[in-house]
Amino acid sequence: MDTDRLTLMTLRRLAWPVVVLVPVAFLGIFFLWPVTNILVKGFVGGRLWELLHEAVFWRVLWFTVWQAAASTALALVLALPGAHLLARFHFRGRSLLRALATVPFVMPTVVVAGAFIALFEQFGLNDGAFRMRHTVWALLAAHVFFNLAIVLRTVGSYWEGLDGRVEEQARLLGARPGQVFLRVTLPRLAPAVASAASVVFLFCFTSFGVILLLGGPTRATLETEIWRHAVWRGDMASASALAVVQLGAVMSLVLVSNFLQRRRGGREQTRLDSRPMPSRRLLGANLGLLLVALGLPVLVLVERSLATGNGYSFDNYRALTVRVTLLPVSALTALGNSVLFAVVATALAVLVGGFASLVVVYGRRSLSHFFDFGLMLPLGVSAVTLGFGMLVALDAPPMDFRSWRWLVPVAHALIGIPFVLRTVVPTLRRIDPKVRESAALLGASPFQVGRLVDFPLAGRALAVGAAFAFAVSIGEFGATSFLPRHPDRLTAPLALFRLLGTPGDLLRGQAMALAVLLMVLTGLAVLVIEGRPSGRGVVRGDF
Amino acid sequence: MKRLVSFFLLAGLTLVACGEEAPQPAPEGIAGQTITLLTHGSFWVSEGTLQAFTDQTGVQVELLEGGDAGEMVASAILTAGNPVADVLYGVDNTFLQRALDADLFEPYASPALSNVPSALQLDGQHRVTPIDFGDVCVNYWGDWFDETLPPPGSLDDLIDSRYAGQLVVQNPETSSPGLAFLLATIAEYGDGWEEYWAALRRNEVAVTTGWEEAYYGEFVSGGGDRPLVVSYASSPPAEFIYADPPVESPPTGVLLDTCFRQIEFAGVLKGTPHQAAAQALIDFMLSDTYQEDIPLNMFVFPASQTAALPEAFVNFARLAEDPYQLPPADIEAHRNEWTERWTQIVLR
Amino acid sequence: MLRLERVSVRFGQNQVLNQVDLTVASGEVLVLLGPSGCGKSTLLRTIAGLETPAAGQVFWEEQNLTAVAAHQRGFGMMFQDHALFGHLSVAANVAFGLRIAGWGVGQRQQKVAELLELVGLVGFEGRSVETLSGGEAQRVALARSLAPDPRLLMLDEPLASLDRALRGRLVNDLGQLLRGLGQSAIYVTHDYGEAFALADRIAVMDGGRIARCGRPVEVWADPQTEAVARSIGHQNILSLDNQGHCVLGRLGGQAGLVLVRSDGLRLAPSGVGARVVGSVFSQGRYDLQVEVGGQLLQLSAVEPVGLGDSVYLAWPDDAVVPLVASADG
Repeated sequence: MDTDRLTLMTLRRLAWPVVVLVPVAFLGIFFLWPVTNILVKGFVGGRLWELLHEAVFWRVLWFTVWQAAASTALALVLALPGAHLLARFHFRGRSLLRALATVPFVMPTVVVAGAFIALFEQFGLNDGAFRMRHTVWALLAAHVFFNLAIVLRTVGSYWEGLDGRVEEQARLLGARPGQVFLRVTLPRLAPAVASAASVVFLFCFTSFGVILLLGGPTRATLETEIWRHAVWRGDMASASALAVVQLGAVMSLVLVSNFLQRRRGGREQTRLDSRPMPSRRLLGANLGLLLVALGLPVLVLVERSLATGNGYSFDNYRALTVRVTLLPVSALTALGNSVLFAVVATALAVLVGGFASLVVVYGRRSLSHFFDFGLMLPLGVSAVTLGFGMLVALDAPPMDFRSWRWLVPVAHALIGIPFVLRTVVPTLRRIDPKVRESAALLGASPFQVGRLVDFPLAGRALAVGAAFAFAVSIGEFGATSFLPRHPDRLTAPLALFRLLGTPGDLLRGQAMALAVLLMVLTGLAVLVIEGRPSGRGVVRGDF
Repeated sequence: MKRLVSFFLLAGLTLVACGEEAPQPAPEGIAGQTITLLTHGSFWVSEGTLQAFTDQTGVQVELLEGGDAGEMVASAILTAGNPVADVLYGVDNTFLQRALDADLFEPYASPALSNVPSALQLDGQHRVTPIDFGDVCVNYWGDWFDETLPPPGSLDDLIDSRYAGQLVVQNPETSSPGLAFLLATIAEYGDGWEEYWAALRRNEVAVTTGWEEAYYGEFVSGGGDRPLVVSYASSPPAEFIYADPPVESPPTGVLLDTCFRQIEFAGVLKGTPHQAAAQALIDFMLSDTYQEDIPLNMFVFPASQTAALPEAFVNFARLAEDPYQLPPADIEAHRNEWTERWTQIVLR
Repeated sequence: MLRLERVSVRFGQNQVLNQVDLTVASGEVLVLLGPSGCGKSTLLRTIAGLETPAAGQVFWEEQNLTAVAAHQRGFGMMFQDHALFGHLSVAANVAFGLRIAGWGVGQRQQKVAELLELVGLVGFEGRSVETLSGGEAQRVALARSLAPDPRLLMLDEPLASLDRALRGRLVNDLGQLLRGLGQSAIYVTHDYGEAFALADRIAVMDGGRIARCGRPVEVWADPQTEAVARSIGHQNILSLDNQGHCVLGRLGGQAGLVLVRSDGLRLAPSGVGARVVGSVFSQGRYDLQVEVGGQLLQLSAVEPVGLGDSVYLAWPDDAVVPLVASADG
């Protein structure tokens, strides 16, 4: 502990102000200031009061909470077996499976919606009693599809770090496998489950495209209502009253989830056993489940990208190199832009999120709580609020960022930071003080301790966080659609929307091919960023 | 179907004598300036078109996209007085009044307006200038219909039980063509529009959130099973140009008696420090160079009558002779009330 | 009584247990001794039902347990790092097995109190297990394993993570406690000191086999193989040439290994000459290290001897035991 404190003191004196100020400035300028500004500007207290007396409002609020909670619960239930597989067994294709699970993240909502609708048709679920489309089931299925990866990886890697002997102990005390899971495993996984659940809940709470496209015209959530009021009805008072409600709900949720995670976190014994090979049946059943949940929509998409007027071919892919008149640049250039933005956004998220993690772990209590809380909020705040907020707030020198090229990656980074934070913080918390002490006793200076001990251990966690930030950025569409963009910096998801916005099979085929490339690129990026999982460096972070 | 429709014979547009197009001499002192054009997400021009403007005037143009038309107008209103750009392009007649009420624009009457039919010039004070227009109409899938069941001819036909379960429309609360089609029915039936929609509902109209789902999800073209969809009058040329494999003629057609006219405007934003350059850009946007570039980039018609149309448009794009229209002020005044009633009637 | 018949376990290509035969009598404490990696933990896990044997059978009395799941065997196990349930209190940890077995709240409380008294943790019921010291955690783990009255208790190096002084005391406590309860137990360790302190019988493992099994005194006196001899702490292992000669003279009839037990080797007025190279005073005696013809030997002496002194060594014939050389040694 003394060495720890020593390291900390030196760190404080030399670099601490930078470590604290960078995240504060970033969050302050690009999130808190814009959001406060738009809420204050549009906020009419009376409207909020009126809203509370409208039955429609309560129906919308209830549905928003209900669908997010149900989506989260379903995602947890479906992903836990897969998480178990990733955590406890060694098998060929393990890292590939993890990379694949991240792919849905970048699939544009409209494409996923299309794939789901095609699937429903395939299985005859579009008519009769099982009519899926425009039902809450379709919406939940899509949310589960998008968010499976978060649970799979958050819980999976945490689980990996848990000592499996505790479960064995429970079995030897007579507990059946089901009892072991309910009485021992689940309570031990609680921090990771809470962490994953809160992220998934926030994603679903502010989900936009899925609600509009799959929920049908009658279903509305806070997010879609904010958009409808602000954009279609020009009623900023109602929009900001709703945004206040949304922000309040998100803040209370983050507070509760942070409390749950802090209450017990980082205290678990960890031990890395050699992982056995799973039995063929277990592997088959689990992979089957994941393949149905993740693979089928992807396969539908791949099939559509290969289908052309003359049977199957790669023509749609070849066509992507040529600019069609509807797009400012060729689809491939757009893909390049997406990668560039994603790289910048990831770098920002890693820098800001990394510094913030240090503050959360080593900082003063109040500062730590503030960072842990504040940096989660962008996940749960409406894209309309953030986008319009930036327009209103960042409009005067020296902060006239409104038409700044890099405002888009900045907005992406805001969403990527929570992922970095949730990965790195638990890992830093778990670095055994003894390891740092012994390094110090061997003569390492505090910064060497950081470089030799903390970074290699936290580095893997940082990489996993970075992979998520990358995936979030490259597939993001919502927040940025409200920001002014430079057309020659068209990103792939926006290009896809444009291609789908005009009739013609040729354009649709190209859109599908572009979506597949986006997925492949993301999968590869995740593989590269995370690198080969080294035997020892198992990430015990949350993602 | 193959009948050529000459653009100049279209009624409903008041023909204005067109003079020789003489390039306006660039005002003094604007050369070297850079101005920003804020557009919606469907905007694009061919490479080199804006370069022509720079060559003429010495003014560089930077482009900014601000989401769809509604989002762009909303963000322009939020930044009124301290705009992000100098010129805004893409506000249509359904959002026009909202933008005018927010006092977004500096009036400017371009000399090039002489080439634009007065029917398109909705703002007498010239705060906005019409640049292009198009029609939102019911499209049909050609092969679905034959002599025994011809395509419907009018809005009235759509509630005929022979066309039951065939039409898909978009939610006017979330979709621009959806709103346009609702406005068409209101223009046709006046207060009777509610009864009309109740009848449409009985005739099993389908409602989607956006155009993409309607066209690709429900309409035959995208693999759906409904042969009638609310889309654009310019959709058939797109079906022709982007067909795979190539076709002789588009598989879809337009019901010209169901159309609502959408006109898109540009305006000089209040608060711009580059007023003269911004006005020069408005002039340029009405020049033939720019106007002739519009159709294939955005699948709408140029506002200027001196602009020539591309072949695919001449062959397959058609315009309604007497499209439905409503004054922008009426639209803005009643939109929320209409869409709420519509939701009650059609969705609840 | 536990009986293993020719139990083999493979991990992939790796034969971890090779045809192991073993019995544990009722009330007996058997110590499995061996270096790490010899398969002793795997053997324990196989008995517990946590590993599936590739071949062979596990019996309890006449019941074949080979296909019985771990939670139905009625065996208890204590892991090296205790594997306490971090989310439960001390009392809830101890009561876990009782809850699973369907005991009522009152019965549970009473039994937990008894057990905590037995392991010397009276009043610890409400404590969080995260606040316990290593020794306390070890006792909670023991109480928890004992709670459901297991017919066999297995202890996998339960003291390895504790410091030396605590270990010494706990070994004695543990031995008394197990004998007091008449508990059948298998105790795994790599520490021969613990083994001799606890065992009714010792089974020394080497390369996935039981190399030697017997009462501690028998195993000490005649380890039979080099590996067993080294596992239980013998160091005076000498190789003989073709005529049976070594540095101590002729100790056999042919080439091979012999053990000269340190408890037989002593200083004498005359005999084989040696030089003292190390002397450590320990518990009233001197542990000496002497050098003879380049060979180092251990013995103990009552009188102090100076470093570098020349001494003479003598031994009774029964202190010399032939050994089978280990394949890798």
